[in-house]
Amino acid sequence: MLKNFLNNIKPKFEKGGRFSFLHFTFEAFESFLYVPGKVTSQGAHIRDPLDMKRAMSMVIIALVPCALFGMYNVGYQHFSVKGLLAEQGFWDIFIFGLSKIVPLFVVSYVVGLGIEFAFAEIRKHEVNEGFLVSGFLIPLISPPDIPLWMLALATAFAVIIGKEIFGGTGMNIWNPALLARAFMFFAYPHKMSGDDVWVSDAISGPTPLANASQNVVDLLPEANDLFWGLIPGSVGETSKFCILLGAVVLLWTRVASFRTMFAVIFGGGLLAFILNVCGVTDVTVSQQLLMGGFMFGAVFMATDPVTSANTGTGRWIYGFLTGIIAVVIRVFNPAYPEGMMLSILLMNTFAPLIDYVVVESNIRKRKRRNEIKQRV
Amino acid sequence: MEQKTNYLKLITSPLGKENPITVQVLGICSALAVTVQLEPALVMALSVIVVTGFSGLIISAMRNSIPLRVRIVVQLMVVSALVILVDQLLQAFAYQMSKKLSVFVGLIITNCIVMGRFEAFAMMNRPWAAFIDGVGNGFGYGLILIVLGFFRELFGSGTLLGIQVVPQSWYESGYENNGLFILPPMALILAGIIIWIQRSRNRSLIET
Repeated sequence: MLKNFLNNIKPKFEKGGRFSFLHFTFEAFESFLYVPGKVTSQGAHIRDPLDMKRAMSMVIIALVPCALFGMYNVGYQHFSVKGLLAEQGFWDIFIFGLSKIVPLFVVSYVVGLGIEFAFAEIRKHEVNEGFLVSGFLIPLISPPDIPLWMLALATAFAVIIGKEIFGGTGMNIWNPALLARAFMFFAYPHKMSGDDVWVSDAISGPTPLANASQNVVDLLPEANDLFWGLIPGSVGETSKFCILLGAVVLLWTRVASFRTMFAVIFGGGLLAFILNVCGVTDVTVSQQLLMGGFMFGAVFMATDPVTSANTGTGRWIYGFLTGIIAVVIRVFNPAYPEGMMLSILLMNTFAPLIDYVVVESNIRKRKRRNEIKQRV
Repeated sequence: MEQKTNYLKLITSPLGKENPITVQVLGICSALAVTVQLEPALVMALSVIVVTGFSGLIISAMRNSIPLRVRIVVQLMVVSALVILVDQLLQAFAYQMSKKLSVFVGLIITNCIVMGRFEAFAMMNRPWAAFIDGVGNGFGYGLILIVLGFFRELFGSGTLLGIQVVPQSWYESGYENNGLFILPPMALILAGIIIWIQRSRNRSLIET
């Protein structure tokens, strides 16, 4: 029925039709609702037999556990701070969280897709699926109480400055979702981290990370809580268990690179270990890795195929440095308790350089090998 | 060789398609530093207009007697003298403002716009034309400075020229000043957006 309706109204959007200026908007909706007639012929994912849309869908599926848990956790934190936890059933908690989080998703998608569609019409290209993932990630890395207009502004900033300026999906240098978070972080710092962020409507208090950056280790939650995620924090990043579920999906479908993921964790863990042993900080390796957005960044952010390094060796270097810089920022700069966002953005900037060096050195190595063979 | 100069064009073209900041991309440093608020941006714009205008006039008047090999030294002497003059005037009559602008008035000397106009225009044209050209480029620079200062102060502090313009009721209903606009990167991003808008309106400016 829907298909018939689409086919009926199609001529109006073709050239010369009444709504021809909305041609690409129409096409986007058609291919979103149905399988597109053609697959991606060029772009960042050309080396995969996957079409871009399917790669994006896998990421969304991998993110669903985090999103669902985030909703539950928002409710859980709300009621536990008010001391009403025992009286509430599972669904009450979940639905409270749902009512908090769904507006974030709606705003992120409406603003982001609105801008994407507008640009697609102006520039006369098709609407890409790229924003589906960014739009899903943005609410997950925001604090649950972020005012909706701030979120809208950050999303608009990320899509316009982070993406459309460079030519749209696949051309961006930085991860748009992280850029949105960085915008909120610098524009409205007290909403994002520190001693006074959201715990519930009633009370705000320091997050574990803020305590860790002040070296107040006693106040840190148990590693268990950090892992399962019933702690205050941004929506999607608290439960490391759900993130690992997502990681399994991504690795199994090969959408994300295992090299980047492991290198980030290895780099961060190594430096955390050294700093802990040398007595620079009392935060242990497991706490460092489980706190805040480290795991979320390692699994979902650093592995973004557009903005990360694209060569095998390059991914190891890229991931390793991302992990190290994240821990450096956390430990040595008390003003920025969360280093993961900044370190990924920084390494995004260097990713093309890393790739270039890797490719060039490979070329030189092969040349030399060839020379030796010829001499023999 | 000298033909009739179109004075009107000398003053209008730096505002638009030959703008020193957005087209020639000169003087970016000071544009980032002094535009957190509108007032310093205005004063800075005025200072630069004075310096570019009068230095153009003086250099152009001297252009036939400056030995070509040491012209940069001579030009620098003239600019330094003018900048020191402006700096002293500011210190005497607007001390607070002079403190706010701090080193950036002195750094007008190194502003590429000044030297660029000598080399490109004042060394080859009559004093009066060179003066108009300098003032025009100063205006072009000042225009961008004022636009940047306007938006950065409006969104970053909610004020204009120190007067609160965002109504108090907005703050009470949850509006907040955008801290990013206070930080230098936002000036760069805003300048980039101006360049973007200008080039999409005037395609002949797009470099390939």
